[in-house]
Amino acid sequence: MSQITCKDVSIAYEKENVISNVSFEIEKGDYVSIIGENGTGKSSLLKGILGLVPLKEGQIVFDEGCSRRNIGYLSQQNPMQKDFPASVYEVVISGCLKNKGFLPFYSKKEKELAINNLKKMGMEQLKNSCYADLSGGQKQRVLLARALCATDSIIVLDEPITGLDPVATNDMYKLVEKLNKEQKITIIMVTHDIDNAIKYSDKILHLHRNNKYYFGPKEDYLVHGGCTPDCCMDVKYGPADSECSDPSCKCHISFNGKELAKQTRNALKGNEGGMK
Amino acid sequence: MSIFEEIIGMFSYSFMIRAMIVGGLVALIASILGVVLVLKRYSMIGDGLSHVGFGAMAISLAFNEAPLVFAIPIVIVAAFLLLRVSENSKIKGDAAIGLISSSSLAIGMIINSLSNGTNIDLNSYMFGSILAIEKSEMILCIILGVIIIGVFIYFYNPIFAVTFDENFAKATGLKVEVYKTVLSVLTALTIVIGMRIMGTLLISSLIIFPALSAMRITKKFKSVMIISVIISLVCFFAGLIASYLIEIPTGASIVVSNLIMFIVMSIIGLFRGKM
Repeated sequence: MSQITCKDVSIAYEKENVISNVSFEIEKGDYVSIIGENGTGKSSLLKGILGLVPLKEGQIVFDEGCSRRNIGYLSQQNPMQKDFPASVYEVVISGCLKNKGFLPFYSKKEKELAINNLKKMGMEQLKNSCYADLSGGQKQRVLLARALCATDSIIVLDEPITGLDPVATNDMYKLVEKLNKEQKITIIMVTHDIDNAIKYSDKILHLHRNNKYYFGPKEDYLVHGGCTPDCCMDVKYGPADSECSDPSCKCHISFNGKELAKQTRNALKGNEGGMK
Repeated sequence: MSIFEEIIGMFSYSFMIRAMIVGGLVALIASILGVVLVLKRYSMIGDGLSHVGFGAMAISLAFNEAPLVFAIPIVIVAAFLLLRVSENSKIKGDAAIGLISSSSLAIGMIINSLSNGTNIDLNSYMFGSILAIEKSEMILCIILGVIIIGVFIYFYNPIFAVTFDENFAKATGLKVEVYKTVLSVLTALTIVIGMRIMGTLLISSLIIFPALSAMRITKKFKSVMIISVIISLVCFFAGLIASYLIEIPTGASIVVSNLIMFIVMSIIGLFRGKM
């Protein structure tokens, strides 16, 4: 049984669907990257999984001793946090909140958990520093430590490398990989960084503009170049120089073949016009 | 008579004692809530609410109702609406606050003039009348103050989480809406009892100044809380004593002492930053 099963999920903002009928299953220990152009509903899908936005249709089922509340979330940086007076430790331990019940203060166990997770992220010596004064990479480490306080099974990351320099980016991927490999934590990451998504993840969910999507193991993804068998029109967002090399696939344009896509589109438009 | 003796003399008046108790309490809770409101960019909501409170007071005076009892529910409802409006609405939060506060001020003025004659009372709500607090009001203030402090300490950790990162808090299953509601109710209560002392026009300074001053010199959430409470109490008593000694309006005197504190803290923060 899968850890997370999404079944025909649709999410809408003001009646307009951003996600339509997406289904996939995530196993325990998977490393899934969600990619796609802006506006294809990546973040919305993530928020749907987290329960932050309501689903219009379909359902998301959790299993293997896991529930929605067992997810650690690494959100996009919030501009309000730029001058927020909070120490690293205060931020990290706030991840322990969900298990608290009605006790107003943190227990010793929770304090230890927070310190341990800071150690894991190599941030222990900075625990009394102000969060707002840290570098982008350090901030992400702190937020990762906080996510670890909230979960030991699934971490969901929303564009974690936005604004990081190459060194910090690399660093971030290594950390996430370590959590995935050593602690068997399921990783679900929304990203625009396709090359690294392919390098590190096991499975890819590629959302297209026309409500089509690709979900499957990375190896197959590379063969198809991110296209879905019945539609390639909007595929111009994928690993560099990838082409669909599967002869049985109906896909007939190269991945970077924008020109061809345009021609196809025009041809289709012509047909529609003719039909009227 | 030396200044010291004069200050001692202050305590011989029972209205002064009442002013100190109620004012100190309001200064304390306003500064605690202020940290959260300022960080959550809600500080202007306090300003808006105080105007709504003014309108409610005017109505209750016109109908000869007890002002506080009547104003509290109205301001709580307004707090609720303002927090909602500032999040998801076609009118932007700051503009919505502007609309609501000037409208309630206007309605308050009209009702007051129609019900003719109660000008003096209304004036005291504009600029506060800390020295005219009655015993029943003091008891109400103490009860509310204790409730607010208790609720805040109990919910301290979730309030931090919601203030720092609402989405994360929601994702871990915290009932963010509940905490925001608690926050808006506490803010409304603080504003209503604070209005009596500072007046409609000056109450938001009690909320905003101490938090900002504390943030100049410390960068931890808990220490910002503690320091802003200390700053707020010091400024309140300094302002009260100054107003007694040199016979200036109390509310204004408290605001100015907060302003001086803010400038001092900014300078200290500036020097610290350079070191």
